[in-house]
Amino acid sequence: MDAVVVQDLVKTYGPTRALDGVSLTVPEGTVLGLLGPNGAGKTTAVRVLTTLLRPDSGSATVAGIDVLKDPAAVRRTIGLAGQYAAVDDKLTGAENLRLVGKLYHLPKQQIAARADELLARFDLVEAGGRVVKTYSGGMRRRLDLAGALVNKPRVLFLDEPTTGLDPRSRLGLWEVLEDLVADGTTLLLTTQYLEEADRLADRIVVIDRGRVIAEGTSDSLKDEVGGSVLVVRAADPPQTEQAREVLARFGEVTDLTGGELQVQGGSVDLVRKAATALAKAGVEITDLALRRPTLDDVFLQLTGHAAEDEEGAA
Amino acid sequence: MTAALSDALAVTGRNLRRIRREPEVLFFSTVQPIIFVLLFRYVFGGAIKIPGLSYVDFLMPGIFVQTTAFASTGTGVALADDLSKGIIDRFRSLPMARSAVLAGRSLSDLARILFTVLVMVVVGVAVGLRFHQGLAKAVAAIALVAFFGFAFTWISAWIGLSVKTVEAANLAGFVWLFPLTFASSAFAPVNTMPGWLQAFAKATPVTPTVDAVRALINGGPTARPLLISLCWLVAITAVFSTLAVRKYRSIS
Ligand SMILES: Nc1ncnc2c1ncn2[C@@H]1O[C@H](COP(=O)(O)OP(=O)(O)O)[C@@H](O)[C@H]1O
Ligand SMILES: [Mg+2]
Repeated sequence: MDAVVVQDLVKTYGPTRALDGVSLTVPEGTVLGLLGPNGAGKTTAVRVLTTLLRPDSGSATVAGIDVLKDPAAVRRTIGLAGQYAAVDDKLTGAENLRLVGKLYHLPKQQIAARADELLARFDLVEAGGRVVKTYSGGMRRRLDLAGALVNKPRVLFLDEPTTGLDPRSRLGLWEVLEDLVADGTTLLLTTQYLEEADRLADRIVVIDRGRVIAEGTSDSLKDEVGGSVLVVRAADPPQTEQAREVLARFGEVTDLTGGELQVQGGSVDLVRKAATALAKAGVEITDLALRRPTLDDVFLQLTGHAAEDEEGAA
Repeated sequence: MTAALSDALAVTGRNLRRIRREPEVLFFSTVQPIIFVLLFRYVFGGAIKIPGLSYVDFLMPGIFVQTTAFASTGTGVALADDLSKGIIDRFRSLPMARSAVLAGRSLSDLARILFTVLVMVVVGVAVGLRFHQGLAKAVAAIALVAFFGFAFTWISAWIGLSVKTVEAANLAGFVWLFPLTFASSAFAPVNTMPGWLQAFAKATPVTPTVDAVRALINGGPTARPLLISLCWLVAITAVFSTLAVRKYRSIS
């Protein structure tokens, strides 16, 4: 059964089509990574699915419940951690969780126990009695996530759960999420990082400007992008032109921002051959590297524009 | 219904806890009216002659009403704060009663305003205020002041939910209260003002409320100002709670 079914969602803000006909499904017990650059429509999609926003058209069900027809029932079933941790600075961690428990109408005697259990699970036992103002960014995110789990939701929505975190906190959060998923929770998470989707998601849906532009497993997407790429930076513009001619022998060459050249289908073998050929031709290069595909590559490949310049191109 | 009530109380508890965590905010919100009391009582008071009444007895009802008007601006600021921090979104994603956020807010702010008024009563008595009409009317006077504050929290709530940022809620909530409360019978008798200002002062809810509170404390004709004041406050509450609720529902 599908835990989330989205059909043709459209939401516009004036001339901006935040969602421009998005359809997707998330099978029960799986993780969907909704991958896209800033402004792609990720938050808008999550807000529709969590009943915070009504779309202009289209439909969606969560755990079989129509989001538009019975939002109250959806709210009882889901957990949400938004893009910015929505925790109360002036309450303690424990008070934040108990308030959420009260508002979920948990039985009185369970509220404190559930809060303590979640504090323990998210490594916040010591911090639980301190006001949230004193928390680090990672701790706030963990508390926000704990709040989303108070009601043991069947479907969990996380909007960019690790954006803005340092690498260590990010890794910690990934581990927590992996545990959660192992328990069978259905998870829809949005992210700007291919690496994150790669690690956590069973399936990835790539969106850009409100439209789904690709979907599949992380392997199938990487195949589509063409696996690793070779990136070459020449010493100056004339050298770059020379390098382009040499590299064209090995595959299609694309220009990256900052004067770098990229060749699809990077492999160790290609690195060796390209380096030799460039040396033989007397091209002076300052950098030559094998790079795994990034979100930028996915976008360059799928949309023909880089993730960052979406503002100017729109 | 019981769920709606328990949700509202949960939100009230959360709001009161926040107030308790910031006692300095509550403290400084009483400092400004205290300074006003001292200024008017001891600096200007000597120059303002009220026939048949000591100036402190004349002044304090005006201070009570102005203080609650100013204190009501906290409602909009707090809502704008919750809105901008995503707290309201968090609440909206929970299966709680839709009414709870605003109901909880107005309950906790009523408590906050009542506290401020009681502090001002103590300050007033310290500088010479006496309740000449007995306890029952004194309680009625305080209740009317609290109702005035409650009505104005709904205006503030509507402003806060409309402007959405703390800074704007602070400014938009405050500026208009200065002319509204000063151009009234709060600090000087209206009949000493130029004609056009008298017309304005008599047409606002502040003057009849101050007059009614004054009559309940000092004696004099009570029914007419009290009735006009209550009409105003019921109307303000009805109109602005409707507007605020509508604004809250349209948040997305
Ligand atoms: N409340 C709003 N008013 C106007 N435009 C909005 C609003 N919310 C989102 N948008 C626009 O819709 C598009 C998608 O936004 P969003 O869903 O937040 O993207 P993402 O979460 O992927 O960064 C963006 O162009 C954004 O500027
Ligand atoms: Mg977003």
